[in-house]
Amino acid sequence: MLDNLPLLLNGFSLAVSPYNIMLMMVGVFLGILVGVLPGLGAPNGVTLLMPLTFGMNPVSAIILLTSMYWGALYGGSTTSILFNIPGEPSSVATTFDGHPMAKAGRATEALTTAFVASGFGALFGVVVVTILSSWATRFALRFSPVEYFSVFMLAFGSFVAFGGGSPIKALVSLGLGFSWASIGMDTVSGSMRLTYGFNELSRGINLLVVVIGLYGIAELCQTMQASPGTVQPVATRLSPREVLRAVLAMPRYWIALLRSACIGVWMGITPGGPTAATFMSYGVGRRFSKAGARFGTGEPQGLVSSETADQAAGSAAMLPMLALGLPSSATAAVLLGGLMIWGLTPGPALFAERPDFVWGLIASMYVSNAVCVIMALTTVPLFAAVLRAPFNITGPLIVIVCLVGAWTVGSNRTDIAMVLAFGAVGYFMSRLDYPVAPLVLAMVLGDRTEDAFRQSMILAKGSIWIFWSNPLAGTIITVALLCFALPGFTALWRLARRQFLPPPVASGR
Amino acid sequence: MRKIVAVLIVVAALLPVAALAAAWQPTRPVEFVVAAGAGGGSDIFARTVQSIVVKYKLMPQPIVVLNKGGGSGAEGFVYVKSAAGDPHKMVFGTNNEWMLPLVAKVGWKYDELTPVAAMAFDEFLLWTRPNAPWKSAAEYVAAAKKRPGEIRMGGSQSKDTDETLTRMIEKAVGIKLMYIPFKSGGEAAVQLSGEHIDSNVNNPAENVGQWKGGKGTPLCVFSKSRLPAGPKVTATMGWSDIPTCKEQGIPIEEYKMPRDVFMPGGVPEGALAFYAQMFKKVSETPEWADYIAKTSQTGQYMGPAELKAFIKADEERGRQLFQEQGWLVK
Repeated sequence: MLDNLPLLLNGFSLAVSPYNIMLMMVGVFLGILVGVLPGLGAPNGVTLLMPLTFGMNPVSAIILLTSMYWGALYGGSTTSILFNIPGEPSSVATTFDGHPMAKAGRATEALTTAFVASGFGALFGVVVVTILSSWATRFALRFSPVEYFSVFMLAFGSFVAFGGGSPIKALVSLGLGFSWASIGMDTVSGSMRLTYGFNELSRGINLLVVVIGLYGIAELCQTMQASPGTVQPVATRLSPREVLRAVLAMPRYWIALLRSACIGVWMGITPGGPTAATFMSYGVGRRFSKAGARFGTGEPQGLVSSETADQAAGSAAMLPMLALGLPSSATAAVLLGGLMIWGLTPGPALFAERPDFVWGLIASMYVSNAVCVIMALTTVPLFAAVLRAPFNITGPLIVIVCLVGAWTVGSNRTDIAMVLAFGAVGYFMSRLDYPVAPLVLAMVLGDRTEDAFRQSMILAKGSIWIFWSNPLAGTIITVALLCFALPGFTALWRLARRQFLPPPVASGR
Repeated sequence: MRKIVAVLIVVAALLPVAALAAAWQPTRPVEFVVAAGAGGGSDIFARTVQSIVVKYKLMPQPIVVLNKGGGSGAEGFVYVKSAAGDPHKMVFGTNNEWMLPLVAKVGWKYDELTPVAAMAFDEFLLWTRPNAPWKSAAEYVAAAKKRPGEIRMGGSQSKDTDETLTRMIEKAVGIKLMYIPFKSGGEAAVQLSGEHIDSNVNNPAENVGQWKGGKGTPLCVFSKSRLPAGPKVTATMGWSDIPTCKEQGIPIEEYKMPRDVFMPGGVPEGALAFYAQMFKKVSETPEWADYIAKTSQTGQYMGPAELKAFIKADEERGRQLFQEQGWLVK
């Protein structure tokens, strides 16, 4: 455990040079920019920057690119909070409480809370990476399709079961998500599914297109309906003092911070990925936090839950990426491609072969995340001011952001039509009180869950008991099933209490 | 006046012909469409070509690289197919250009695109998990004979290159394996090092990290001759120390995956010749040799005519095998 310390210190001596710090600042700045501006997004930004790094030494190159990645994650939270447009699938859960806060005039507080929570999550993730690098890699290797399926079920269980609202409606939403996720090429059978002969559907439905429609466009329709023509700009206090006050309020959320960071790290290493981590953390927070009932109405703790888990998972996921060659997100896949071009082979040997690179990168994560938080916080008043603009200016801008965002996913015209269609779907879903989040979760995990299940079934020749064939998978899947059963138990408990106990307060009239 | 117009029309009509005769040149930015996601083998292929073209200024126009990897690359091929006649678009792929239409309902036929060049061939190896009881491919086959349907073989999605090779092995030596499809060869490599599967048939670049770390061993290579000697990969072994599968008693001459480029149908002859020449120049640079060495592929250039003949023969072979497996899509 402590034998990593000299390696880390050596990493710091490599990473912390004026040149590298300058690269970090450039990277973070560009990252925030591509995260906020429509039409780039982290994977595209990193891809564009990649050719510039071929001449650099690998440590500097990866510092520049990962800094940009971190920066983009912060930028993505900004649009989620201000406009309800998640820039990355992993910031969907950020909109749940972030956007209501912004609408209530607390944009400055929301942005600050999100950034500080992100910073904490990232730091926590890096510390875990530092201490547990060798253990975590070995742990991740124990995951076969059987364990994957169990982890995905746990993510579903903890989010869906802890949610409020009508369970039937949540189930409908979940089912829609599953069916959309299965469109396109199916890995296990190697055939096209549900394309009905449309070439456009053969590539499947991109998650980001769905998310931009369901959240961005649908929200816009809602706003217009709420007060046609007379939407007032939101009054927001912009002073830096407001930022400081929000920062100082953070320690109050220490339980939420720690809990979410742990969930994030767990999902980053296992590797369920950052998006699943945010949903799981949000679901668990809603169930176990004292403020749980207020989740979804603009509760800072909800924001903390998703943001902390997102960044903790993002940084912890660097570990499986380097040690196993498993990318946890689209951007990580681009970074992996970069590693090969710089002449590095991701794999178990990388830690032994190029400790300078690995530990230089880990050390840089400490510094670049600090740079991120500071730079992001200075931008808060600037971005929060956007909400002061009248709606007839921001409204059309949001539409442009949504459409350009859809275009950049795959430079595809159909995606633009789909964003609008999903906007309509999202609008009607919220009018009819169907929750949208289960749908998104199903689209994030549906395909991988299904693959993992079918792979497990091939391995087990059709026996369901394979999920209890070892303690690791058995424990996770049992906890997952308990989560699913929880609403049933609670309902039964309430029923039983009503049947057998006298009502707690007799009517006193 | 009318005369002038007539002359102008004639001149306008002749202009492209004249330009064609003079040697075709791209007049707009050229799109390199990658029929795979960012970071994969085809993506690195296309981006390496791009960087070399830019470095040596082999083209007067800039290059835009687009990833269209949806539906196992179907997205990219359909996109380029629908741009028929456009000499400023091309797609970078593998043998999925002619294999995928055989097994899945997709929106193009293999001869609707124009083959431009194949630039490299990626090798396939039989890899086994760490601590496996067998130490050679021959022993692996013997073990599989004893336990039909029990030895786990992992690979990329069903009916793709990896399962095709698996079925070829089964047929060649009369064994039955349990095939488990994953999203990518990289995922199969991780499952191999975790000892969740017994073997896979990954390309060198997909498994070399695991091999270096002692988390997977190559048993044999599906090639006519051994791979070129290079620096040792592990303490004791280099690429040339791996026997060919034929040496080990698996009678498969050779199994390789080309890295190739296609243009839409109906493009001008001059354009085709221009790009074929450009890719040939790329394949002769030291940077290209470096890429080939780093990814342990075999560098081999094929021009349009040669590639076309290769595809025709390979498609025929694939069709026959898929017919036997019952994979052909109706």
